[in-house]
Amino acid sequence: MTDLASSAAPPRPTLSDRAKFYAIWIATALALLLLPKVFASGGSLTTFSLVGISIIFALSYNILLGQTGMLSFGHAVYYGLGGFLAIHIINILAGNKFPIPLPLVPLIGGVAGLFFAALIGWVMTQRSGTAFAMISLGLAELVASSALILRSFFGGEAGISANRTKLFRVFDLSFGPQIQIYYLVAAWTLIAIIAMYALTRTPLGRMCNAVRDNPERVQFVGYDPHVVRYLAFCFSGFFAGIAGALAAINFEIANSAYLGAVQSGTVLFAAYIGGIGFFIGPIVGAIFVTVLSLALSDLTQVWQLYFGLFFIIVVLFAPGGITGVLMMHRPLLRAGMLMRMLPSYLIAALPTLALLIGLMLMIETTVHYTVNPHEDPNRVAFGIPFNAASPLTWAASAVLVVVGFILARMAWSRVAQTWDATLTAARAKVHAL
Amino acid sequence: MLELIVISTLNGVLYGMLLFLMASGLTVIFSMLGVLNFAHASFYMLGAFFGYQISRWTGFWPALIVAPLLAGAIGAAVERFGLRRVHRNGHVAELLFTFGLAFAIEEVVSIIWGKVPVDYRVPALLDFPAFTIFSTNYPAYKMFMLAVSIVIFVGLLVVLKKTRIGLIVQAALTHPHMVAHLGHNVERIFMLVFGVGTALAAVAGVIAGPSLVTQSNMAALLGPILFVVVVVGGLGSLPGAFIASLLIGLLQTFAVSVNGSLASVFGPLGPDLAQTWLSDIWNVTIAQIAPIMPYLLLVLILIFRPMGLLGTRET
Repeated sequence: MTDLASSAAPPRPTLSDRAKFYAIWIATALALLLLPKVFASGGSLTTFSLVGISIIFALSYNILLGQTGMLSFGHAVYYGLGGFLAIHIINILAGNKFPIPLPLVPLIGGVAGLFFAALIGWVMTQRSGTAFAMISLGLAELVASSALILRSFFGGEAGISANRTKLFRVFDLSFGPQIQIYYLVAAWTLIAIIAMYALTRTPLGRMCNAVRDNPERVQFVGYDPHVVRYLAFCFSGFFAGIAGALAAINFEIANSAYLGAVQSGTVLFAAYIGGIGFFIGPIVGAIFVTVLSLALSDLTQVWQLYFGLFFIIVVLFAPGGITGVLMMHRPLLRAGMLMRMLPSYLIAALPTLALLIGLMLMIETTVHYTVNPHEDPNRVAFGIPFNAASPLTWAASAVLVVVGFILARMAWSRVAQTWDATLTAARAKVHAL
Repeated sequence: MLELIVISTLNGVLYGMLLFLMASGLTVIFSMLGVLNFAHASFYMLGAFFGYQISRWTGFWPALIVAPLLAGAIGAAVERFGLRRVHRNGHVAELLFTFGLAFAIEEVVSIIWGKVPVDYRVPALLDFPAFTIFSTNYPAYKMFMLAVSIVIFVGLLVVLKKTRIGLIVQAALTHPHMVAHLGHNVERIFMLVFGVGTALAAVAGVIAGPSLVTQSNMAALLGPILFVVVVVGGLGSLPGAFIASLLIGLLQTFAVSVNGSLASVFGPLGPDLAQTWLSDIWNVTIAQIAPIMPYLLLVLILIFRPMGLLGTRET
């Protein structure tokens, strides 16, 4: 029953708490403002823009999965449709010289997402759980395949492109240079984060959590879970549309890949890896996944495999995601006992690292023989050079995997013991105060 | 016209039976463990690729036996070391685990066998026309596929309904605790059922591989249709899955052979509408929308009969 007690309406926060709360937002805004001053290269600006877009998208996804408990495999539909509508709107606005500037286009994309979510959502949200997941997948396939059939709207394989600089200008902003797009994305990201955070604080946001945890009880209290799910779905579609429109503005093109299964899968990965139980989880996940996918693709050819394996590991061992793992340590931090965990973590890290390096060597060697067997066997992956042809490499990887696995298992069970002991001690200390 | 109907019916039933081979495993696993195995189509793909690889070494017939066993063993291991572990985190975690697994299997397959289709051929023994209807040669291999599907379908039915094994499995579906009290190892039953389910999918892969295309995106192409079958048939209903499989098989094969469009029935649109998205809808042929037919069916079912054709549960 402690869960119930802690999720009831909290008392009005004190002045210092409120000041701290606003300070966080102002600090975030300042950080967003100063970020391009610190990392000024074109590449990092593009990365920041992509991260911002995927933060909005992942948060909108978490309205479904984390807050309302609906696992969707087709969230890219609203993202993609928002993107396509934004491209068409840019072309229409530029063609007719309407006095609407580019910064308002994401709002139009959001309305497009909202419209389609409202249209499709009523039927979809009748059911939750597994059935909802399957239906969202089927509908996503329907829309994605239709995109290749309806050529004049979706532009077939090539997609539809637009020129973002031809729109009505305010303050003489052309939105040609990436820095201006960065600030556009950053502003929208901040607005969307604040709006979605505010949404979690409303009665609707609370009802969403209730529907996730116990739909029968919600029905008993007099709310219709179907309606709550539908409203959450519509909001989610709205913010996904904003993200899609920003992506379309960023790339100046929308194609059928925006709607596809890969896009839906990526946002699911981002939200879950970050941690769906926390508001900042999807933000962490979006940053992590975007930066990782950009960085890993430079390091190894088969980065998607590592990505998939990492996701499986998170599902198996850390269902709370990265944020969940970090948040677990909060009671220890409060009691000042974090340092007690450090030695056992360090001991466990060593064989785990050996296991991972062994696995990586194994994968990369296999890849060498299957993908490009005639090339130079001296390869580099993750900055480590190795010879894929040498039996020494194979033996080393086998030893690393086997010994690493056995030692890691022992070390991690030790970690679990230390964890239990430390947590008990930390609780005792906090309660004693 | 009659020729078209006969050939399309044959092909449609064949495709439907293949779908059912996979959907049966998926449905039984769903009823037992309560989780839809997202990676089920991946085991179908593994079956096809194992079949291809083994048939290159030893010929087709050993492959037909060994490949499903191998895939089934992998399936059982996945249940034992993966699903059982995530089970305590709830259904969403289970579904996500199989989702990640499907992603990883696709990557591994495309690393090992490449992204282009492999040269998986019909065995020489069956590479002849079985019979000729209206001047069309119908390949013997397709008849063989149909025969295998029907044999497995009947076998599954007999095992589930008439034997002691079926009795225990069915009891474990509904009353796992009672079965456990009677001295059966329910966890092992779950693992074996998962293995058999994935092996069934792999059988479909081995025999469909030479006839359809064996490539690394075949799971991604078929997976969603499989879920449509299960949802349209009614979650957890084996007869429902059977009807839905045949329905979708026939629907898709007949749609491919029909060349009509709205324009061919009502005439072309006015010239002022020639290049808009409305004209796309007007001019698209039924053959073109054949791939999205299952999903259209899904939408219709959802609107008019949300529990599926033979489903009993609303959730």
